[in-house]
Amino acid sequence: MTVTTFIPAKSTAVKNYLTAGFGIRSWLLTTDHKRIGLMFFGSVTFFFFIGGAAATLIRLDLLDPAGRLVQPDMYNRLFTMHGVVMVWFFLIPSIPTTLGNFFLPLMIGAKDLAFPRLNLLSWYLFNASGILAVYFLLVGGVDTGWTFYTPLSSQYATGHVLPAAMAVFVNGFSSILTGLNFIVTTHRLRAPGMTWFRLPLFVWAIYATSLVMVLATPVLAMTLALMSMERFLGIGLFDPAIGGDPLLFQHLFWFYSHPAVYIMILPAMGVVSEVIACYARKPVFGYRGMAYALMSIAVIGFFVWGHHMFVTGMSLYSGVVFSFMSFIVAVPSAIKVFNWIATLHKGWITFDAPMLYALGFVGLFTTGGVTGLVVATLAADVHLHDTYFVIAHFHFIMVGGTVSAYFAGLHYWWPKITGRLYPEMWARLAAILTFTGFNFTFFPQFILGYLGMPRRYHAYPPEFQVWNVLSSAGASILAIAYILPLAYLGWSLLYGKRAGSNPWHATGLEWMTSSPPPEHNFVRTPVVTSAPYAYPDPETLADEPAGRRPQA
Amino acid sequence: MSWIPFWPDTASNTAVTVNTLAIGLFAVSAFICLVVYALILLFAFRYRRGGSADRSHRVKKSWHWEIGWTSATLIAFLVLFVWGAGAYLWLYQPPANAGDEIYVVGKQWMWKVEHPGGQREIDALHVPLGRPIRLVLTSQDVIHSFFIPDFRIKHDVLPGQYETMWFTATKKGEFRIECTQFCGTQHAEMGGWVTVMDPADYQRWLNDQGAEPDLARQGEALFRQLGCSGCHGANSTVHAPSLAGIYGKPVQLEGGRSEIVDDRYIHDCIMLPRTERVAGYPPIMPTFAGQIGEEDVLKLVAYIKSLGNPASAAR
Repeated sequence: MTVTTFIPAKSTAVKNYLTAGFGIRSWLLTTDHKRIGLMFFGSVTFFFFIGGAAATLIRLDLLDPAGRLVQPDMYNRLFTMHGVVMVWFFLIPSIPTTLGNFFLPLMIGAKDLAFPRLNLLSWYLFNASGILAVYFLLVGGVDTGWTFYTPLSSQYATGHVLPAAMAVFVNGFSSILTGLNFIVTTHRLRAPGMTWFRLPLFVWAIYATSLVMVLATPVLAMTLALMSMERFLGIGLFDPAIGGDPLLFQHLFWFYSHPAVYIMILPAMGVVSEVIACYARKPVFGYRGMAYALMSIAVIGFFVWGHHMFVTGMSLYSGVVFSFMSFIVAVPSAIKVFNWIATLHKGWITFDAPMLYALGFVGLFTTGGVTGLVVATLAADVHLHDTYFVIAHFHFIMVGGTVSAYFAGLHYWWPKITGRLYPEMWARLAAILTFTGFNFTFFPQFILGYLGMPRRYHAYPPEFQVWNVLSSAGASILAIAYILPLAYLGWSLLYGKRAGSNPWHATGLEWMTSSPPPEHNFVRTPVVTSAPYAYPDPETLADEPAGRRPQA
Repeated sequence: MSWIPFWPDTASNTAVTVNTLAIGLFAVSAFICLVVYALILLFAFRYRRGGSADRSHRVKKSWHWEIGWTSATLIAFLVLFVWGAGAYLWLYQPPANAGDEIYVVGKQWMWKVEHPGGQREIDALHVPLGRPIRLVLTSQDVIHSFFIPDFRIKHDVLPGQYETMWFTATKKGEFRIECTQFCGTQHAEMGGWVTVMDPADYQRWLNDQGAEPDLARQGEALFRQLGCSGCHGANSTVHAPSLAGIYGKPVQLEGGRSEIVDDRYIHDCIMLPRTERVAGYPPIMPTFAGQIGEEDVLKLVAYIKSLGNPASAAR
């Protein structure tokens, strides 16, 4: 985009956000969205490896059909921990609280979020709830699965269900505060000239996500509160033995937890749009369509929750309606895939690490998406529900999709965040390993699912062993791919080359300020005069020799 | 390599229906993935930096493309939706000619099966080949799910509800039963085997199961033993509704509502007698929740069902 009245900051004259203050207080009491974003980055990375450790033990146990590595109760606690930690303490906060926190204000030309102190409170709530959750998951364990289905959770489970539910309850407030903050910021703090249809798609995505966070999360809080009331006070809400309805819990739970899937994937879509445009050196194809698609996914996503309940005995006709809505919500997702591909058409594509991650995302997201259609098809779901097919499907979306996009964004914006370049070859290797390891881990699970291997089994029929061994072997590649960036990104902090303000020659306001950005982001408030992704047209580059990459 | 399984056995009419649908869905999925991957690779190669492909005349106006692929995907999706929904309504609605009901009770961590003739099995289900079988499922404790992968059908099994599923086995042999709804410690061990037999063998098997009276007869004994007959019996002086011939009929409830008397209604009247009380009767029936298990409730239901229908007999 074109920016006028902008004077680049002299790096020597203005302190950047990292050098603006030293010492522990300057971090723990900061209201700078960039520092809070980094602190969130530390937190979610920590929880990612906790959840990953649980996943590692799960995959090790499943090498053996008899599942002799851990006891059944231990296995149940492991997958509960994996689910709870990965969903609420990694996937949901991952992109919004780190990249969103850091870049939303930068991308709209604001000095900070609308409510900087709320932002800090959100980080404290997040860590308090996370540590509480992990503590109770470790010391006594919770054996309900992350879904807390009643009456198992309210009447039968023996673990620390109440404290874990309380932790998730508190975590929800962190989500709500962050969402609220982003919504108000997007509405109120856009720089002059930054109209809605000049917003980068990442901002649209974060905005759509925030709406879902604010509207859906309270329902989770209520649901967990009701479940706790039944467990603690014996009020008959969900257990039919005391006059409750077990399906009511599932309706309430999925009313939150299905939109939560869109909390995870929408920001990923935003990141990928930024990255593909930059490395194809083209505006995103169908920009408005992409923005509308994000918003319609966020809205329609509220009307599909029943597709988790096709085999529960819910009315057959409501099953039909929920299946129909699930197909409808897949349409805007398909539109996005086509638009990303069309963005590549006649571009000047380079294959830097963020682009490899982003292209991997498009492939894996598509696979996850079409298999989502398979399980949205009513009769097919009767067979596939609660089998490994579903596990494979949602890991393609959440791990293949969201985590790939998270890494794409992390690499793409790393020079801006830290002021350093990472070693490109290592990063490309990690991206390729992620894609390869991911497919080896999760593709066999589609086959296992159709064969009829149920989820949440610590032991399984011996004929399924081949596919489980393949899956576990793939997981070891994936583990390397996830640990590798820790090493080279860490290395780059000390030894990486200085990045300069715009190493990728990208558009977007965040690249117009220095790296790392100054404390208040911009020396002068930028004024925006054109649409985003103003990468030059080949027609306007007639002087350029054919085949040369146009330099921004 | 026979030791690498790719596809489950196909052993029932329901499995054939789901297979056809699944093959259709997998073909569409594979086609979409193939096109997406092929286009990404093609564009990535052709329009790589340094490539000499022509970049002029880029597509600028995008709206007709958007409308084009939106309507194309919408139509394709609707076809899949209608196919899947039609098959679902067929899968989950037992046909009128489905035979006797076999009751299945899930409890942590086993499946208890009761045949109408009173035969009982645990973690096993014997069925005849080629006859539609109807299962009525309920749970003693938490939610379970009854899944026979080789028949491609499952249904959640809920406490306090009767769910039905049906199939016609088309292949003799033994097929796995699995629990697919996480139900606690030994969830993975909760399973068993369906044995599909020739109808003649099946009859022989039923006869060999010992001389238990049929379910309704067992229910009648319970009805006396639990003292139900004291109030609901013909000569009772207590003001309680008569149960003869009520099954399948509407009943007027306190508060103006009316309900059809079915398995679920009888179950709830035994376990939660205050919630759906028949109009005009005082709330004096005690609850039997916690005193009798779901299997006994099923026997009582079978007995009440068997109490004939004097109205229709008179007609």
